[in-house]
This record gives sequence, C-alpha cells and structure tokens, in this order.
Amino acid sequence: MNDSFIQINGISKHFGNVKAVDDVSFQIKEGEFFSLLGPSGCGKTTLLRLLAGFEYPTSGNLLLDGSDITALPPDKRPTNMVFQNYAIFPHINVEKNVQFGLRKLGLTNDEITKRVKDVLSLVKLEGYEERYSSQLSGGQRQRVALARALVRQPKVLLLDEPLGALDKKLRDEMQLELRTLQKEIGITFVFVTHDQQEAISMSDRVAVMSEGKIQQMSSPNELYKNPQNIFVSDFIGETNFLKAKTNSKDGEYINVNIEDLGSFKIKNNLNISENASDVICSVRPETMMIDREKSDWDICLEGKIKQTSYLGEMTKFYVETKEIEKIITVSSQYFDNQSFQDGKCFISINLNDISLLNKK
Amino acid sequence: MLQVWKSFYARSDPAKAYSLLSPALILVTLAMLIPLGLMLSFSFFTQVSFTEIDYSFTVQRYIDFFQKNLLVSLLIKSVKISFIVTFVTLLTAYPVCYYIAFYVKKNKMLWLVLLTLPFWTSYLLRVFSWKIILGTKGVINSSLINAGLLSEPLTFLMYSETAVIITLTHAWAAFALLPLYVSLDKIDFSLIEAARDLGLSRLETFWKITLPLSLPGIIGAILIIFIPTVGDYVTPALLGGTDGRMLSNMIQAYFGKVNNLPLGAASATIMLITVAIVTMIVSYTTKKLTQRIS
Repeated sequence: MNDSFIQINGISKHFGNVKAVDDVSFQIKEGEFFSLLGPSGCGKTTLLRLLAGFEYPTSGNLLLDGSDITALPPDKRPTNMVFQNYAIFPHINVEKNVQFGLRKLGLTNDEITKRVKDVLSLVKLEGYEERYSSQLSGGQRQRVALARALVRQPKVLLLDEPLGALDKKLRDEMQLELRTLQKEIGITFVFVTHDQQEAISMSDRVAVMSEGKIQQMSSPNELYKNPQNIFVSDFIGETNFLKAKTNSKDGEYINVNIEDLGSFKIKNNLNISENASDVICSVRPETMMIDREKSDWDICLEGKIKQTSYLGEMTKFYVETKEIEKIITVSSQYFDNQSFQDGKCFISINLNDISLLNKK
Repeated sequence: MLQVWKSFYARSDPAKAYSLLSPALILVTLAMLIPLGLMLSFSFFTQVSFTEIDYSFTVQRYIDFFQKNLLVSLLIKSVKISFIVTFVTLLTAYPVCYYIAFYVKKNKMLWLVLLTLPFWTSYLLRVFSWKIILGTKGVINSSLINAGLLSEPLTFLMYSETAVIITLTHAWAAFALLPLYVSLDKIDFSLIEAARDLGLSRLETFWKITLPLSLPGIIGAILIIFIPTVGDYVTPALLGGTDGRMLSNMIQAYFGKVNNLPLGAASATIMLITVAIVTMIVSYTTKKLTQRIS
C-alpha cells in the first residue's frame, strides 16, 4: 500500500477575495476511505473538485500515484466522481449511462457488456437497464451514479455528499453498503460530507475542514476522543465547554482552575507547560451522570432541569446549576424520567472525562 | 338554477378550461378560422374578368400554380431563403445563449434584455436601416471605397437575395434567443461536468450531452423563425429587388394589382401546406438525428 497515493501539496484556491481552500497539504493512502468533513462553505467540495479537475488550484500541486495531475483536465484524470445530485444523463437509459464512460477506454464490445453487467450486479441494479433517470427512485439513481463511476475502474472515486438527498433509513443502509463495497473493491474513496455521523461511521480517516483549512486529520475514534481544538470538538458530536486557566504542571497532569467550579487536577492532553494560559475544558454529555441523589464522583453539582428532549434511545437534559448556566447531558432509556418532575437533580462528572482544548 | 350551475362549474375541470380559453377561442375563430376558410373557398373559384368571379367549384387554380414555373420556383426560393435564415440565426444565437446560460452568473435577464434591445423599434424601421447599411452609397460600401479597398460598390449587397437573408436573420434573431436560452439554462451543469469526468472532451460533451438536451429549444427556434420568414413580404419587397423576390410578394400582387384572387388564394394555401410539411419533416429529422448521436 502506498501511503502517499494522493499528495496534496500546498493547495490554495481563491475565488476573487474568498480563499475557498487555503494552503492545504496532506496525503491520502491507497485503498483508504478518506472523508472531508466540514460545514457548508468550508472548502471541502472545492478541494474535491480540484481533485476531479473541475477547478484548477491558484497555487500548489496535486500528485496521484506519483504523477503530477495538477494541470490535467477532468477527462485525462484517473478519477471519477459521484455527484451530489447524481447527474444521471436524462436522455439515455441506465445501461447507456453506465456505458457512457467506457467508450473512450478502447474496450471491445464484449468487455463493455461484461463490465456493465458486473457493475450493475455489484450495485444491485440488474433488471433496470432500460429505465430512465425519471423512472428511478433517489436510492436507485445514487446506485446508477456509483456504477457509472466505478465501471471505469478509477484509481480514486470522489464522492460529493452522495447520501445527502436520501431519507434517513436509506442513508444508513447506503452507508453500510458503501463501506462494504469500498472494502470489496479496494479503490481509494474520497468522500465529502457535512454529516459528522456519516464521516465517523464510514471512514478510515477524516479531515475536518473549516474556513479553507484542515483543522484536524485523524481516525474517527481519535477525532471524537481527542479533538485538537474547539471547532473540531464542537463539530464532532455535542459537548459542554467550560472556561479555565492553567496552574502548575504536575507530571502528566496539570492543575486547572475551572471558572466558577474551583481547581482540579486533570490529564494534560495538550502538554501545556506555562502557567495561567487560557484553555477550554470539554466534557461530553454522555460521560456525565444525572441523578436525583448526590453522588461521590469527582465533581457533583446540584441543578435544575430547564428542558428535556426525548430522543427514543435516550433523553437529553438541559440543566442549569448555580455554577454553570447550561449543561447538556443525556441519560439512557432505562432511566426513569418521571423522577425529575420537580426539576431538581445532581450532575456528576469524572475528572478523567474532562479534556483540555486550545482556546483558538 | 344559478346554484346548480355554480356547483357544476366548481366540479367540472373542462368547464373551467373552456371559460379560461374562451377569449382566445373567440379571437382565433373570428380572426383566423373565418379568413382561412374564406381563403380556402376562394382558391376553388375562377376569376372571369376584372370584377367578376365565377363561384363554381374547380381545382384548376392549383393546376395553374404548378404549371407556372415562376410560382413554383418562387416557392422553392422562399423555402430556401427561410432555411438559410433559420440556419444562420441558429448558428449565431446558439453560442450567445450558451454563454449566457453557463458562464454569466449575475444579471442573466439584463443580458437577454440588452440583446433584444434593437427589437424595441419597429420592424419596418429596422428593414429601412439595413437599406442605409447595405446600399450602394451605404455604410459598408462607402467605408470600403473610402478605405481604398474597393473602386466600385459591391452590388450584391443591395436588392438581392443576400440583402433579404441578412435582414431577415437580424430581424428574427431575438426570437431564436429566448427558446434556445431557456432550453440551455435548464441543463444542469453537473451533467456537462459528469461527461467530462467520464472521459469525454469538450467537443464530444457538446455533441453527446448539451446538443441533445437543448433540442427542444432548437426545434422551437427553427419553427419560430422558419414559419414567419417563408411568408415574409416586407423585407423582400423593400430590399430584395427582382433577385430577392419571394412567393409572398407574388401572392400580394395577385390580391392587389394583378387582381386574381382565386390564384392568390391557391398560392397561399399551397404555401401553408408546404410550411406545415417542411416543419414536420424538420422537427422529426432533428429529433431522429440527435437520438442517433447520443
């Protein structure tokens, strides 16, 4: 496996004054399921379009499998794209759509027929050859788009929010299928999405983007457990932020003065050495405990439930305490919601579950 | 009774449709069907003398038409000129519409309005201004002579088929712009990107995707230009001279100074049928042709 299969070297793309992609460098491994994750306007789609050849970078260069593709037009690149709206040609049927990209590959008619047949069975669309785009459901169109790109056996498959238009149930199904498919055929996938759950559940690695820059690039697990800054922590899942100031360092730990709560010794995951620097403490809702009784956890705060929202598999609580204005926490469905009718509750936190974030 | 009618009206879609259509239906009946019927019936009569018409049924006028070489050749010329005008207009209007549809990001409407700006003045005025441009002492000839490039003025520019073609092309360009623009603007640009992504060059993408998908607009433009230009008589009358004369000028003469109403009516009917047949053939073959390409 080639660890630097795709090399993105100092790529910038400016549209007028807007820096859509701002001096980004990273590498994608061969056979990897790589996701670009970020809110709309963060530059993830522009980066994907730069890889496809629909845009050319303002500066920097792109290498694919060792050769420079920066200036190649889209038809000369060994990449194929699955478009957000699928872009199925409406005037030709499914079979011809899938064949479309094979004409220029110099295959014999038999090879073309075989490839089309194979790929249609791969995406489970046998029997739909004669249909037109208008006669297909959203999920089926998505499969046609996938088949049309895969049939060319590209080195890299680029996917631009391909699941965005599907309903939730179908989306979950397609996530699993896409992941299985990618493992099966072993093609490198570059997947663009704004849905953090989608990125986390499917990818080998995720690059979180914001304002044209990569904020963090790591495995989904690392991203959730060890976000490097507030943006990533906030974007990946839900979390509570508490302002704090650092005190003396103590081996692997550091004494931190959390605003309105007092001084605590927490794991120094940022390796901060200086005193009195501003940091943010992040506590995930699911690491906290909500109960009627006081607990013996490291921190236990008395509070009042302001709002609850029932989510089926769990209930989310918005709690106000004397010390902190708003805490979000969740409980499992086994928890008896009725017991909180008067609104009085205790929130418990373990120091192990607090992580430090740079205030940036 | 009123109540019955009201409840019938509320439930009946055809009733609503016809009442909405009725102004148009009345107008079409009065201003189109009746004159058309009159014209058709006149084509079966005979002009006996200058003032007298024999109203007994005969198809002799149609036979007369095809026996007069002049009329047949004028009909062919009318169709030919219209074809050229249609083709040249499409060729010039298509790239403009392509540009506005795909490359202009803001104020698309403004571009379209500006392009139709010359058409805010009367048709007759525009035809006359072409006279000033194309004439022997017109803008083109005098500037070429003054520049020393010519010693004699170009005569084929004025009172010729060329003059008719140039003027008609200009006169009808705006009508081609709108259907072409609408059909191109409807094309999702990601389809074009997808074709490029799948290995097609720019030109191949145009043939396989853009052209077939803009076909409704092309057919619309062909019909909108071809049908009225075949029957145009103002431009050939003013700029055509003898060389650029079309069938409609002859029809006008039959209804006017020649005073042979039945033959004029027969000529007009034949022209009507010819246009109908030609348009059907054109739209059918255009459709087939693009199906073959894609």
